[in-house]
Amino acid sequence: MSMSVIRAAEIKIAEAKKNGLIKGPVHLGVGQEAIAVGVSKNLRNSDRIFGAHRSHSHILGVDNDLHKLFAEVLGRNTGFSYGMGGSMHLASKSKGFLGSVPIVTGTVPLALGAGLASKLQKSGDIAISYLGDGATEEGVFHESLNFARVSNIPILFVVENNLFSSHMHMSLRQPLNTINRFAKAHKIETRLIDGNDVVEIYRTTSEFIRKMRSKPEPYLIEAITYRWFGHVDWREDIDVGVARSKKDLLNWKKRDPIKRLSDAMINKKIWTKEKQDTLDLKVDELIDENWEKALKDDFPDRKSLLDNVYKYD
Amino acid sequence: MCINMIRTSYSDAILSGFDYLLKNYPEVFVLGQGLWSPWYVGNTMKNLDKKYGKDRIIDTPVSESACTGAAVGASICGMKPIIVHPRMDFMLYAMDSIVNQAAKWSYMFGGQLNAPVTIRSIINRGGSQGAQHSQALHSWFAHIPGIRVVMPSTAQDARDLLISSVLCPDPVIYIDDRWLYEQTANLGPIKETPLNAITPKCLKEGDQITIIGSGYSTLLALKASNKLNCDGIDAEVFDLRVLNPLNSKNLLDSVLKTKRLLVIDSGWKSCGMASEVITSIVEQIPTDTLIDQPRRITLPDCPAPSCEVHEKDYYPNEEKIIKFINDEYYF
Repeated sequence: MSMSVIRAAEIKIAEAKKNGLIKGPVHLGVGQEAIAVGVSKNLRNSDRIFGAHRSHSHILGVDNDLHKLFAEVLGRNTGFSYGMGGSMHLASKSKGFLGSVPIVTGTVPLALGAGLASKLQKSGDIAISYLGDGATEEGVFHESLNFARVSNIPILFVVENNLFSSHMHMSLRQPLNTINRFAKAHKIETRLIDGNDVVEIYRTTSEFIRKMRSKPEPYLIEAITYRWFGHVDWREDIDVGVARSKKDLLNWKKRDPIKRLSDAMINKKIWTKEKQDTLDLKVDELIDENWEKALKDDFPDRKSLLDNVYKYD
Repeated sequence: MCINMIRTSYSDAILSGFDYLLKNYPEVFVLGQGLWSPWYVGNTMKNLDKKYGKDRIIDTPVSESACTGAAVGASICGMKPIIVHPRMDFMLYAMDSIVNQAAKWSYMFGGQLNAPVTIRSIINRGGSQGAQHSQALHSWFAHIPGIRVVMPSTAQDARDLLISSVLCPDPVIYIDDRWLYEQTANLGPIKETPLNAITPKCLKEGDQITIIGSGYSTLLALKASNKLNCDGIDAEVFDLRVLNPLNSKNLLDSVLKTKRLLVIDSGWKSCGMASEVITSIVEQIPTDTLIDQPRRITLPDCPAPSCEVHEKDYYPNEEKIIKFINDEYYF
């Protein structure tokens, strides 16, 4: 799915949250779309992808069903998780998106196990673990890097370093400002890249994944980026936390991954302003159509409260 | 005739359960600390690495959290992993993967995914090991919807319930107790039984008091009940086997018959398994059913002491149970 659609979907969700249509918390990744899109282009349905709390882009990257995302954030039974998850618990089994949850770092060891399973099954499939800079402060992240290395597990850790964990800037949480040092400490090949450059993300991921499929090994990408909204919901949060100023936000908006790609393509004369405008209109229509459809869907049956606690009755 | 049958110990029964699973199910693999060591997990994993290879029997770094999470993740991807915690106390590092992730993976995503991981956790206590090398935390886990908690007390169940646990599509915590490793039984042929068909089992029939245990407590109950027979007290003994979800149907029938109830638990008193069992029975029977009030024997509410003098007072034993029954109930 394209960055533009992901952007527009999240802006729609932001509005609906503000208007009270969405009940649960939503963690928006507007500004960070390039990472999921660049990574996902290298994946196949049998790969195993795990996300976290800010994972709308991660699931849309491999499953372009906007209606299911909208239905899920609205708690409808047609959603990605049949209305049982909401924004923070998304899955699409058939596309290899095996779950996103809001416990920070909670899915990192799960992705590790998914990679281990792939190695034992000799499938050539790989595991993707999306995590943020805050997640690297949990102990289990370091355990996972170590285990991945000593057991040669085919897992790609994709660290979206947006410089903030909730309200706290990285400089207040860690002594150094990049996290790829942890990969180096565990002899894991790593690269620090521009998280707002979709081409660079695609190329780096492509190179790593090609190697992983032929020889199971872990890799780590640190992609530097910035989220336009605050930690949760629709506010920009330019007045909370430390070092998240309006000036910083405006500067980062100049590094908008979508505009950068579009401008670069126009410069190279493989794209035009007119085409971009037409695309934007089409995206808006797509968003509205799927949103309206989701709004008409049903909530889960009240009788289903106890369903699926166990697979066995 | 039974004369020629070979008695198998509880620990060998576990080993034979592993052997059966590894032989018949290529998706089964085991990971955990000490699996390549001859003394870490008794003889319950002996030579499995040599027989099935170090790819399937993985001795891991000292990382309970990552390794348990990895087992959960592998289970989501079509494998049937068993993560072994040679001592339950250390497993507390892995609580997120167990409680937040495995237990909820099916529910949170509307049933499209599940985490059929087996978490084998060993109770290893006594011998002045003290507060952090002694805990039996089954009640904690039994509190969590989405995790099945299994505690075998006999050699037969040690093997068969391990197999049922690993083949179950839900996450299971299988808890064995090293104090039971020398128990023996004549094991019949293996018959796969779905875990949800396992209910509390009556190990001794009687009509004057129902004694309910789990794991090692069941053994104590059984031994005490045999001696109580000499005092003219005919006790019925039940083994819970599966603590969560708890099926109290046959326990209820027993209490309606004996009209006396005692639960023995190897955990603490407060918010413990004994409280749950008593409540689940008492809330379903007429108020005038019981001749004596329902009672429980548990650990006192303090950490396990290291000193051998305190240790003797800390753990329930056969004599204490017999005295308790004679003192607290009127027959």
